Amino acid sequence: MLVFLLRRLAQSVFVLIAMMIVVFFGVYMIGNPVDILISPDATPAEIDETMARFGFDQPVYIQFLKFIGNALQGDLGRSFVHGEPAVQLILSYMPATLELAVMGLLFSVLIGVPLGVYAGYKADRWQGRAIMTGSIFGFSLPNFWVGMLLILIFAVELQWLPSTGRGETVEVLGLRLSIFTADGLQHMLLPALTLALYKASLVTRLARAGTQEALVQDYVKFARAKGLSETRILVVHVLKNIMIPIITVLGLELGSMIAFAVVTETVFAWPGMGKLLIDSILTLDRPVIVSYLMLTVIIFIVINFTVDVIYTLLDPRVRVKGGTA
Amino acid sequence: MSVLDVRDLQTHFFTDAGVVKAVDGVSFTLGEGEVLGLVGESGSGKSVTGFSILRLVDPPGRVVGGQILFRGQDLAQLSDREMRGLRGNRIAMIFQDPMMTLNPVLRIETQMVEAVRAHERVSAAAARDRAVKALAKVGIPSPEERLEAYPHQFSGGMRQRVAIAIALLNGPDLIVADEPTTALDVTIQSQILAEVQELARETGTALIWITHDLAVVAGLADRISVMYAGRIVESGPTDAVLTAPGHPYTEGLLGSIPGHGRRGERLTQIPGMAPDMTRLPEGCAFAPRCPRTSDTCRITAPGITEIGPGRGLRCHHPSLAEEGTA
Repeated sequence: MLVFLLRRLAQSVFVLIAMMIVVFFGVYMIGNPVDILISPDATPAEIDETMARFGFDQPVYIQFLKFIGNALQGDLGRSFVHGEPAVQLILSYMPATLELAVMGLLFSVLIGVPLGVYAGYKADRWQGRAIMTGSIFGFSLPNFWVGMLLILIFAVELQWLPSTGRGETVEVLGLRLSIFTADGLQHMLLPALTLALYKASLVTRLARAGTQEALVQDYVKFARAKGLSETRILVVHVLKNIMIPIITVLGLELGSMIAFAVVTETVFAWPGMGKLLIDSILTLDRPVIVSYLMLTVIIFIVINFTVDVIYTLLDPRVRVKGGTA
Repeated sequence: MSVLDVRDLQTHFFTDAGVVKAVDGVSFTLGEGEVLGLVGESGSGKSVTGFSILRLVDPPGRVVGGQILFRGQDLAQLSDREMRGLRGNRIAMIFQDPMMTLNPVLRIETQMVEAVRAHERVSAAAARDRAVKALAKVGIPSPEERLEAYPHQFSGGMRQRVAIAIALLNGPDLIVADEPTTALDVTIQSQILAEVQELARETGTALIWITHDLAVVAGLADRISVMYAGRIVESGPTDAVLTAPGHPYTEGLLGSIPGHGRRGERLTQIPGMAPDMTRLPEGCAFAPRCPRTSDTCRITAPGITEIGPGRGLRCHHPSLAEEGTA
């Protein structure tokens, strides 16, 4: 068990280092941030002075070694634009993204599970087929298009819901959240739905497959032989069995929701990490871009690592394999 | 009045390979508190008969003919809702594999209480009380605590006891037991057999005991019906069928039980395999494996003949009762 965990940890560290190299050189290739930071009519002396201040005048490998050295001390540089440490900056934007992701996850479960169970129950009927066809749209419609369509319908035409920003926020446990205010919830509804659509289709398909599998089990037949209603069989007997794989997948998907809410946040001007990333790319704010990507990698590593550990706890067979490895 | 009266039941499966007549004209009646042993090989249609009674045949199977009268009421006429009201309440069922019949993620308590409350408006506490009593009745130690457990915390035998307790919860008039002891150890098997027999006698519950093992029903059943390829080929009082079987298939089954024949003698076995249900032979389905086949057997299927009080037989060449098991 310990060997298994240590090995996973070593792999994670390797991934992190590889990512640092890719990210640093990747970002280094795109343009010169000084061009954007300084007014176009600045004198060459001013430009040189700025270059020297940010260390851009030095060779790439020196810059890289410096970057690594600082990174190992938890310092990923200061934002050129905001002047704050990049990591702190990103973290201050994080609550907005987190609450959006959690809300999106909630929506995808609330939409996907009932639809999927029903589709599995009526697998051979038109209802089941209709839901499955619908889920293909959920998979294939681009996020930004769905977002804009929702804005068009609910914000522009019907004028029911706001289309931009977070609305009113309230401080909970030191985090500024809008999930606890009515106005904030209204603001969150459309972006969360947009974010949820793809996952909802995924959950629908998972739930349908699980339901079909569960319905032919003896325990369902036995439940019927007890005279239970179909509703109770689906909601209690089937649902409880299919939630295990669904929760597993959703745990992994939460990571991708946090990391890739970029498009949705941009469409709805949601001031989260994704919006910050796009803004930083536009201003070539290197430290922020690098920090964001590093943070994303860490989020994924942590989630995968946690899931692995949970698996070894849940499934004795995995645990035995891990122990002998 | 009889508890159950099955008349010419036909349950067919509509598969891609053709229509499988899993149950093809099965008739029997069951009196108050009577125990019927339904015996046959795998695929003989005995389980499908059981599921047909509860109207739980899975597609592509369908009851296509005949009647099932439960206390004079034709079950096919009932709405789904009314049928659900009977299931687990008046007619209960016990399944073959106790490892699969209990829901792995629900506590025993949940699974028992819901069975009570599906049929009666009682408080959860009252339902729980009844569950405790039912568990105690089937011999589960400290039932109060075991109610909190999940199925995987029970052994196979204990799980089957729980399933039996669930079947008994609402004091049904009829229990259909589909090979409930097949998956269990022999020692547990005999324990459970004895207990079920006692419980059925105590409560006056009629019982259909489906099995492939004649030895199991020998001590349990009042009457035996032997099924082959979707039909009952021989039926009658247990003693009569066991001591003087009329059908060569029944003889074969008896001859293959160890300890039945004389010591030192070879066990006989029925030659050949259970027939392919999609391609049954023209005449008697047992003809290809029968030691007494004649041309008549290959051309026409035998009808049911009465050969004694309560004894029916489907055979052109029955062994004579005087000859015994020879």
